[in-house]
Amino acid sequence: MKYWWKVLTVILLSYVLIAGLLVEVPRQIILYETIRNLYFHVPMWFSMIFLFFISVVYSVKSLSGTDLKHDRKAVELVNTGIIFGILGTLTGSIWAKFTWGAWWTNDVKLNGSAITMLIYLAYIVLRGSLEDEQKRARISAVYNIFAFVLLIVFIGILPRMTDSLHPGNGGNPGFNNYDLDDNMKLVFYPAVLAWILLGWWIATLRFRISNLQQNLFT
Amino acid sequence: MRFVLVILSLFFSISGLAQSIEMADQMRANGKIYVVVAVLLIILIGLLVYLISIDRKVSRLEKNSPKK
Repeated sequence: MKYWWKVLTVILLSYVLIAGLLVEVPRQIILYETIRNLYFHVPMWFSMIFLFFISVVYSVKSLSGTDLKHDRKAVELVNTGIIFGILGTLTGSIWAKFTWGAWWTNDVKLNGSAITMLIYLAYIVLRGSLEDEQKRARISAVYNIFAFVLLIVFIGILPRMTDSLHPGNGGNPGFNNYDLDDNMKLVFYPAVLAWILLGWWIATLRFRISNLQQNLFT
Repeated sequence: MRFVLVILSLFFSISGLAQSIEMADQMRANGKIYVVVAVLLIILIGLLVYLISIDRKVSRLEKNSPKK
């Protein structure tokens, strides 16, 4: 059964939704029940970064050959990643309003992720502006690699160098400082996997459709 | 008369017992969080079913597509 992972996605997502809302969580002021957003908001970003990373892998492959298939894979992965980024921004904004008190703050991670989103939107615009297929594949692959490096800087490095409202930032390594108790890990890790799988599923669908289009119109 | 009393007391004791048995009372307690779980689950499953149907449609198209 080659679609076992799609079955896994459905099972994991259902588990995450039920357990995410019902399993006991640590009682903390300010956060209260919104701590459960960890199972939904954070995996959006993890999925986005995962999709963008795989996209870079295909961009490198596309540069090392002339097969346009890799280029199409790369762009569909970015397209799907952008959706997850938008969802991450929107959910984060709501969470911020009710815990930090504003829809948007000048937190480094917020501005960093916003810049990253703009960089990736520019990737789509750049692609759209190039007519020649081979040239488009080459230029957008190079751009995509640069974009991912900037993503690492803006989301991975800069937030750790200054103070941030996000946990795990401001000189701290990521995960050890989360107030993740064992109960939460039991939901959080499957949640990350589940949302990444969902993102991958949608990206593969988009890629298959773009393949079909390619077959139809060439 | 005594028979009726026995029956009645039996009835009340059973109904008393029934109240101590845990049923789906939780469904209405706890700030009705289960209602939210149900709603979200329906939305999630609905979207997943939609995704699966798109997946199958693409598979069908791939099968009928001229070149592989």
